[in-house]
Amino acid sequence: MARSVTPRRKILFTLAAWSVALLIFFPVLWTILTSFKTEASAVASPPQLFTADWTLENYAEVWGRSDYPRFFWNSVVISVGSTLLGLIVAIPAAWAMAFVPGRRTKDLLMWMLSTKMMPAAAVLIPMYLIFQRTGLFDTRFGLVMALMLMNLPVIVWMLYTYFKEIPGEILEAARMDGASLRNEILYVLTPMAVPGIASTMLLNIILAWNEAFWTITLTTTKAAPLSAFIASFSAPQGLFYAKLSAASTMAIAPILILGWFSQKQLVRGLTFGAVK
Amino acid sequence: MATQSSRTAARLMVAPSVILLFIWMIVPLSLTAWFSFRIYRLLSPERNGWAGIQNYKWFFNSPDFWLAISNTLLLVGGVLTITIVLGVLIALLIDQPVWGQGPLRILVISPFFVMPPVAASIWENLFMHPQNGMFASAAIGLGMKPILFLESYPMASVIFIVSWEWLPFATLILLTALQSMSSEQLEAAEMDGAGAFSRFWYIVLPHMKRAITVVILIQTIFLLGIFGEIFTTTQGGPGSASTTLPYMIYKQAVIAKDIGRAAAGGIIAIILANIVAYFLMRSMGKNLDA
Repeated sequence: MARSVTPRRKILFTLAAWSVALLIFFPVLWTILTSFKTEASAVASPPQLFTADWTLENYAEVWGRSDYPRFFWNSVVISVGSTLLGLIVAIPAAWAMAFVPGRRTKDLLMWMLSTKMMPAAAVLIPMYLIFQRTGLFDTRFGLVMALMLMNLPVIVWMLYTYFKEIPGEILEAARMDGASLRNEILYVLTPMAVPGIASTMLLNIILAWNEAFWTITLTTTKAAPLSAFIASFSAPQGLFYAKLSAASTMAIAPILILGWFSQKQLVRGLTFGAVK
Repeated sequence: MATQSSRTAARLMVAPSVILLFIWMIVPLSLTAWFSFRIYRLLSPERNGWAGIQNYKWFFNSPDFWLAISNTLLLVGGVLTITIVLGVLIALLIDQPVWGQGPLRILVISPFFVMPPVAASIWENLFMHPQNGMFASAAIGLGMKPILFLESYPMASVIFIVSWEWLPFATLILLTALQSMSSEQLEAAEMDGAGAFSRFWYIVLPHMKRAITVVILIQTIFLLGIFGEIFTTTQGGPGSASTTLPYMIYKQAVIAKDIGRAAAGGIIAIILANIVAYFLMRSMGKNLDA
């Protein structure tokens, strides 16, 4: 909506927009700032934005008290693993739905999305029992499978909306040139679909990283990711604000940084192709 | 254009996703349905057998059940209303010619990257805590008594926290829709003397219909199962004041250790979710040409 604007109008809107954005961001900023304070200044009244006695003590203590690298690595394996596995299953499905649509394609997509409507708490006990019996409980593989299936409808849907934008004529041309189905997917479709696949991948890594129901209930120690790490810091114990903030920062920093860098692709992915 | 063989190939390519999702859905669902008709208490394992519809009866007769249903709907409705109204306003603001739109978007999207237990514990401890929270400090500074957010207004507090988490999603999707609008239409309307409000109401808002549909659909899916935020902050209390259906089921399973009742609650929740899903998909399906 580019219209002629007076400088005064622009300054006014800039001020307003930045105030709102900083207000939304403030809790994250406050947590990061608090993580560098001593416990005493963390609860100082009135609250201080910056303190003179800033320290790395909290990080050292959180690092010493729990095995952060293990939680971190579990988060990486689970979120990246479930996303890659999901892509392997979803790419052929989305391809078929986009290029060989049947009468039932739309219903099928809606059905897939509706499986996500099942509240996780409703099937907690059966899932717990299944995981115990099959030896998947507290394993990274078990969580990779669970999160892959949980996010599969979203992956299929997103890929489908991207693939649909690829003109079918190109595929027909490739087919006429004698490309096999395999080659068609490998050399024609995939390069054109890479941006779509990339945003799908990003969004799903973030969804899996932030998943905090199955990752907490289906693990104890071995496979526990950062969501479980933070849950262990939630119990108030005396002066703990600065340490809680440090642990929180450590849990969200990796995905926050990834998200900031990939913000553009991510937003495009988030719209599920329905908004251009 | 599709030949018979390509149709078969297409079916084979869709099959793994469909079969996996079907198993993922049907196995826990049938187990839950089975348990819901059984007497199954972890605290008294010697008593077992068929329960008939006793587990379901317990749910329907529990005063907490109706509270939990209304809390669940309140949470979904409240968060949807807040995020869409504020999302539209913030998107309109950021869409204005302002300096630093890139950094602005990065600031606004940030809450989306914060995992729910962290978001909940930040708000609970650093902001809403009655002694050390920032809101309490502000209240004391102004000479007022600190508000006990999680004790006095548990549902409102939970809705507030969840809205903060989902506001970026709504804002950015609505912003994307706004930025795809052609300015000519607006300029023409402006020249014809349409005021700012009628331009918004008759041109901008209809243009954002699809985006709003996406926001409602995706958010409802995630909001119906909200659990972590309640678990971290109010634990469903005080009393049952902020107990939602998923949390009530969790309490039956993990605290009361009555698997039969929890399963009955699970089946009720799944039926309710499907009713919501049905109406949602029916009214929104047309809007999203899938």
